[in-house]
Amino acid sequence: MEFIYNYLSGLELGPWATSILFAMAVLVVAAAVFLVALTIAGFLVVVERRVAGRVQSRIGPNRVGPFGVLQWLADGLKLFMKEDLVPAQADGPMFRLAPYLVMVGVFAAFASVPFGMLLIASDLNVGILYILAITSVATVGILMSGWASNNKWSLLGGIRSTAQIVSYEVPAALSILSVVMLAGSLQMSGTASSPGIISSQGGWPWDWYAFYNPFTLVAFAIYFTSAVAEGNRTPFDLPEAESELVAGFNTEYSGMRFAGFFLAEFANVYLMSAIATTLFFGGWQIPAVSLAAQAASFWLRLVGLAIFVAKAAVLCFVVVWIRWTFPRLRVDQLMSLCYRYLVPIAFACLAGNAVYLLVIPAGSTVDNVIHWITTGSFGLLVLVFLWRVRFHIKRSGDRLDFDLLARGEKGSFDPAIQARPYGKFRRRHGKESA
Amino acid sequence: MGALVNYFAAIGRSFVTLGDGLAVTFSYMFRKPITIQYPDRTKLPVTSMLPARSRGILEMDAGLCTGCTMCAKQCPIDCIHIEVKKDEETKQRMLTSVIIDAAKCMFCGLCVEACPSGAIRHSHEFEGAMYDVQRLMLSFVDQPRPVAKPPKKDAEVVTAPLGSFVRKMLYPADRQGPPRTGGGSP
Repeated sequence: MEFIYNYLSGLELGPWATSILFAMAVLVVAAAVFLVALTIAGFLVVVERRVAGRVQSRIGPNRVGPFGVLQWLADGLKLFMKEDLVPAQADGPMFRLAPYLVMVGVFAAFASVPFGMLLIASDLNVGILYILAITSVATVGILMSGWASNNKWSLLGGIRSTAQIVSYEVPAALSILSVVMLAGSLQMSGTASSPGIISSQGGWPWDWYAFYNPFTLVAFAIYFTSAVAEGNRTPFDLPEAESELVAGFNTEYSGMRFAGFFLAEFANVYLMSAIATTLFFGGWQIPAVSLAAQAASFWLRLVGLAIFVAKAAVLCFVVVWIRWTFPRLRVDQLMSLCYRYLVPIAFACLAGNAVYLLVIPAGSTVDNVIHWITTGSFGLLVLVFLWRVRFHIKRSGDRLDFDLLARGEKGSFDPAIQARPYGKFRRRHGKESA
Repeated sequence: MGALVNYFAAIGRSFVTLGDGLAVTFSYMFRKPITIQYPDRTKLPVTSMLPARSRGILEMDAGLCTGCTMCAKQCPIDCIHIEVKKDEETKQRMLTSVIIDAAKCMFCGLCVEACPSGAIRHSHEFEGAMYDVQRLMLSFVDQPRPVAKPPKKDAEVVTAPLGSFVRKMLYPADRQGPPRTGGGSP
C-alpha cells in the first residue's frame, strides 16, 4: 500500500487525483485479498471433506472438477439458490447484519496477513495487534446472530461462543507476546530495513521462533490450541454443538447468510494457520537465501510465497485432522483447560522467554545449541509419532495405501469379465459338491 | 507437592493420549477406503461382486420348466403367472406364457425352493429402476413351447449364465440400461 501511495505521489497529479486513484487502488487490492481468502476458504471446505472421508474410511467428494476441488463452487451455488429466510420473531436488521460482521472480522484480518515477501495488502507496524483486535469483531457478529435469531439454541450458542473467545484470547495473546518479545516488533512481514516478525527469523527450522527455545515451542502449542478454540472448531465447537444446540448461533440462518458464517469459519482456519506460520515457522523465509536476495529477485519471492502457503497448508491440515480425531469438550472442561492450564503455562513461557533473552546472548554458542536441541527434540517427537502411525496400521492388519486422492479403480474394468458366466447353475437336487 | 505432580502428570498424560489418537486417525490417511464407487468406478460390475447366494430379480430358463406351476402356487403374493395348455393335435403340454411381475416380487425365494428342475432362480441383477412399471412384467416365453421333462435324480444340467435371461428382459438393446461399464470418469 505504501508502495502504491508513493508511486502515485510520485506522478504529481495533484492531491485530488492522487487521492481518488489511491482509493481505487485500495478497493482493487481489498477485492483481490477478499477473493483470494474466499477461494482459500472454499478450497479448505473440500480439503476438510476429503480428509474427513479418509479418516472415516470413505473417499469424500471427488466428482466435481478434478479430484472434487470444485465441490465448494457447487455447494455455494446450491446455497445461493436457497431461500433467504428471516424468522418472523427475529430482530430483522440485526439478524441480517450479523453474518457480515462475522465475515468482516475474519476477512479484514487478511489485510495484514502476509502471503509472501512484499505480498501483503498492508504491512502495518502494529500488524499482529491489528489482527487480534479485528478478529474480535467476529465475536460481536456471533453474539448478535445468536441474540437476533430469537431462538434459545442460537442464544446459547452465541453466549457460549463469546465466553469461549474472550477466555481463549488471553492465552493466545500471551503466547503471541513471547514471539513479539523475540522479534521486538508487531509488524507481521517486515523487510531487511524495518524488521518484522518474519524477517527477524531465518529460513532453516532452527532459526524459526517455534524452535527458538523450549518456551516458544510450548507457546506455539498454546497459541495453536487457543486459535482452534477461537475459531469455534472441534474439539472446542461448543457454540455449534449439534447434539445440544442444533447448529448453535447459525441455527436460523439459511442460504447465503449461512454461507457467510461457513466461509468465515473456514477462512479463519487459514487465517490462524497463516498467523502461526508467520509467528512461529519463519513465514516466507527461504533456507540459505538472505532477505536482500529475496527482495531483489521475483522468482525467489515466488518460491517464498510457495513456502509460506505450504507451511500454512500443513497447519490447516492439522486443524482439520484434529477436528476429525477429538471429541467435543464439556463447557467446564473447556474453561478448566483455559484457566487452569493454558493461561498459567503461557505466563510461565512468557517469563521463561524473558529470562532466556536476558541470560543468553543472541547468536552465542549456547543460544545456537538450544535452537538445535529444540528442533531435534521436535523432530524426534515427529519420528515417534510416525512410528505409532505405522504401529496402528500394522496392528489392524492393514496395508499401506498411498493413493491419497482415492480416485477409484480407474480403467481397471475388463469388458470380458462382464461376459463371463457367473458359474454353472446346478439343479438343486443334483450332487452336493463338484 | 502431590498436587503439582498430578498437574504435570495430567498434562503429560493428555499429550500422550491425544498424540496416539492423532496417530490412529493419521494412519487412516494411508489405508484404503472401503467405499465402492458404484456404479461407474468399480473394478467389476457390481452384479458380479455380489455373494453367490444373493437374491436378485427372478429369472426363468423356460427350456428347463416342466410346467408344474409349483412356483406360482408357492408365491405368497402371486407375482408369477404360468400358463400351460395342451396342444390338441400332438397331445403335448405346451408352456404358453411365463410372466414374473418383478415389481411385486419380494425376493423371498420360496419359488426357487419349490422348483423341481431349477428353471426359476434368482439372478444377481438388481438395477430394476424403470420409467414404466410395465417393463418389470418379465415375460420369459415368446412362443408356446413344449414343457421340459421332469429331471432325473442327480442329473446335472448346465444352463445359460445366471442373469442372461433377465438382462435381456430388463435392458433390451434399444433401451438404455443401467451403466454396464466400469472404469473411466463419468
